[in-house]
Amino acid sequence: MTTKIPPRPWLLFAAAACLLLPASLFAQAQPQIAKSSCVDCHSGFPAPTGVTEAQWAADIHAQKGLTCASCHGGDPTEPSPEGAMSKKAGFRGKPKRTEIPAMCAKCHSDGAYMRQYNPSLRTDQFAQYQTSVHGKRLAKGDTKVAVCIDCHSVHGILPAREPRSTVNPLNVASTCSRCHSDAAYMKDYKIKTDQFAGYSASVHHDAMVVRGDLSAPTCTTCHGNHGAAPPGVASVENVCSTCHVFQAQLFDTSPHKAAFAAMGTGACITCHSNHRIVHPTDKLVGTGNEAVCTNCHASGDPGFTAAGRIHDDLTKLDEALKRSDQELDQAERSGMEVSQARLEEAQGRDALIKARVTVHSFQPDKVEQDTQAGTKIADKTYTAGVKALAERDYRRKGLGLTLITIVVVLIGLRMYIRQIESRSQSGGS
Amino acid sequence: MASAPEPASQTSTHSNRLVRWLDERFGWEDLLAPLRHKTVPVHKLSYWYFLGGITLFLFVIQVLTGILLLLYYRPSANEAFESVQYIMTQVQFGWLVRSIHSWSANLMIFTAFAHMFSVLFLRAYTKPRELTWLTGMVLLFLALGFGFSGYLLPWNTLAFFATKVGTEITGQVPLIGKPLLIFLRGGEEVTGATLTRFFGFHVALLPGITTLLIAAHILLIQRLGMSVPPSQEAAWKALPPNKREMPFFPNFFAHELMAWYIALGVLGALAALYPWELGSKADPFVAAPAGIKPEWYFMFMFQTLKLIPAKIGPIDGELVGILGFGLAGLVWVLLPFLGGDRYGRRQVFIRGLGVFALAYMVSMTVYGYMAVAK
Repeated sequence: MTTKIPPRPWLLFAAAACLLLPASLFAQAQPQIAKSSCVDCHSGFPAPTGVTEAQWAADIHAQKGLTCASCHGGDPTEPSPEGAMSKKAGFRGKPKRTEIPAMCAKCHSDGAYMRQYNPSLRTDQFAQYQTSVHGKRLAKGDTKVAVCIDCHSVHGILPAREPRSTVNPLNVASTCSRCHSDAAYMKDYKIKTDQFAGYSASVHHDAMVVRGDLSAPTCTTCHGNHGAAPPGVASVENVCSTCHVFQAQLFDTSPHKAAFAAMGTGACITCHSNHRIVHPTDKLVGTGNEAVCTNCHASGDPGFTAAGRIHDDLTKLDEALKRSDQELDQAERSGMEVSQARLEEAQGRDALIKARVTVHSFQPDKVEQDTQAGTKIADKTYTAGVKALAERDYRRKGLGLTLITIVVVLIGLRMYIRQIESRSQSGGS
Repeated sequence: MASAPEPASQTSTHSNRLVRWLDERFGWEDLLAPLRHKTVPVHKLSYWYFLGGITLFLFVIQVLTGILLLLYYRPSANEAFESVQYIMTQVQFGWLVRSIHSWSANLMIFTAFAHMFSVLFLRAYTKPRELTWLTGMVLLFLALGFGFSGYLLPWNTLAFFATKVGTEITGQVPLIGKPLLIFLRGGEEVTGATLTRFFGFHVALLPGITTLLIAAHILLIQRLGMSVPPSQEAAWKALPPNKREMPFFPNFFAHELMAWYIALGVLGALAALYPWELGSKADPFVAAPAGIKPEWYFMFMFQTLKLIPAKIGPIDGELVGILGFGLAGLVWVLLPFLGGDRYGRRQVFIRGLGVFALAYMVSMTVYGYMAVAK
């Protein structure tokens, strides 16, 4: 007797695999959020005690398996409010604002504990916070200052890499501005509240928001995040130089280094301001109305003369590059091939950028050295453009002569055709 | 006393001697005899006859300028663009040779299309000229093949991505699509292997086949003579004394020569005023830039495929489009066999089909360019 084999068993297997595989993948992709009796009740409450299920499910802590009890104590598995929030279950309730940083630090300052979730995450936030203006004031009992939840939010804390996170680079400035732009809230601290307005008009904001460059500076880049504090006049240069390395090196060798220190103005911000750092143009240096040099230097002093020279050199190169650009544009529009000159012109533009960096040495000779190298290239590419246009004219003259020759040949051919046609007609008649 | 012979008669004697010398060796006179006796009908539509000759002239220009370009062109992904750039900027008159080559290619395809439609509308494709039509249609397809393969050779961005799209469309052909795509690209992707391959097609395979077919096409025209439009034929039949003809050589040839000179002037003007662009070097690792478009003669097909919905019932829309164009092409090639008698009623339908095809191609091309411009 033979055993009856079901028809096409592989088909059944494939069908089962098709059904089960996506389900198992889905199960892997979705983090396990523990069912919580706290959320069951609090999802129906208004803010600030209300926590919706969606809000809690999105929270990084919930996704890593933490529960309400991890911060508030109690027993989220207990169905009754009395049981869940009983002292016996260790219920702590809502922590005081002064207790929050230490409470978060219980985990976030524990390197061994945090390593299991994110080995690259720093664990010095609390230590940093204690050195910050916020931390120091909190220690003195000022509960208006920012604690962890003011920046990171609460019950819906997203990782900083999430674009919706309040501490994502794109959102940091507006998060800080919630307090620092509120004149009424900041009244007691006697500090300005125009930082966000200034930053919003700055070249850094433009880079971050308009160009989408997340590495561009925001509040925390210069002030620190957990250890947030004003950098202080003496250390401004160190802050800016973390990105603007060459400018800082040149500035260190410049006569302004000692002068600005003596004046007690921060190095970079003396000319560029702090929050409202607008896109610098060549007009910023020199002796014109928009030049910052005239804030200190008056006509007749060597600094005034040097500023004028630097401005003139930069302008000269800029104009030489524009002139070359126009010529090459015109040649390109005429269909001439000038890509090699375009490549070289880019080197000239690099020289202008370098010269603009060299300005921070405040030594006209050094700037001139760079601008001369650029002007040499710009003159060469301009000449290439002129040659290309001359070649275009030569081609057009050649075309004219060729067309005249062709017309002459055509007339000759026409006469020849008439001649042979009249000959054949007379021959035929 | 015998006087010294005149210099003119001396030259004439020399040329006569040369002709005799050639004649004694391979029957030169016999070879020229058909040309001497060949006549061309003269009527108000005679100028359409020049289109074939102009296409041939432009092909010769292609061959000559192509040979000159070969002296400097390097068919590899690393060097192709730079070599064309070198031709355009450093080689004496290189810009002229390349620009004439590119403009002449486009004009050749234009005149080939115009020649095809003129033959269709003047009913010159009907019996006994079926084979002339067949060879002509294959030559037209070969010209498109020249265009497609030559477009990639400068290895610039536009050509690279247009070739990518073009070969992808080829890959949609049922059954043979995938192997054809691999064959054309020399692999799964458009790479240096594709460039080398296209170069081979462009300078060896296609010119070889084209030269043979042009010879066959001309031989057929020579054997069958020039077709006369039906209306003119009827008029001459009714009044035979009105029939007018001119000798092919030198009369028609001189006319054709004028047309060639005009074409040469147009080519020179286009090359000098609008040198062919080079663009930027192809980079296979960047995203396709906006406004990728094929050469103008493929635009009507490209635009049609873009307009067809992704799915037509259960069938892939692009596949329907490709099969449609394939079928239309086949019908076009077989027109002499489907059209029946030259004076039959089907000819009216074929004329209508021709008008529709022409209007469709022109309108879709214009639409395609307008869509790219947006």
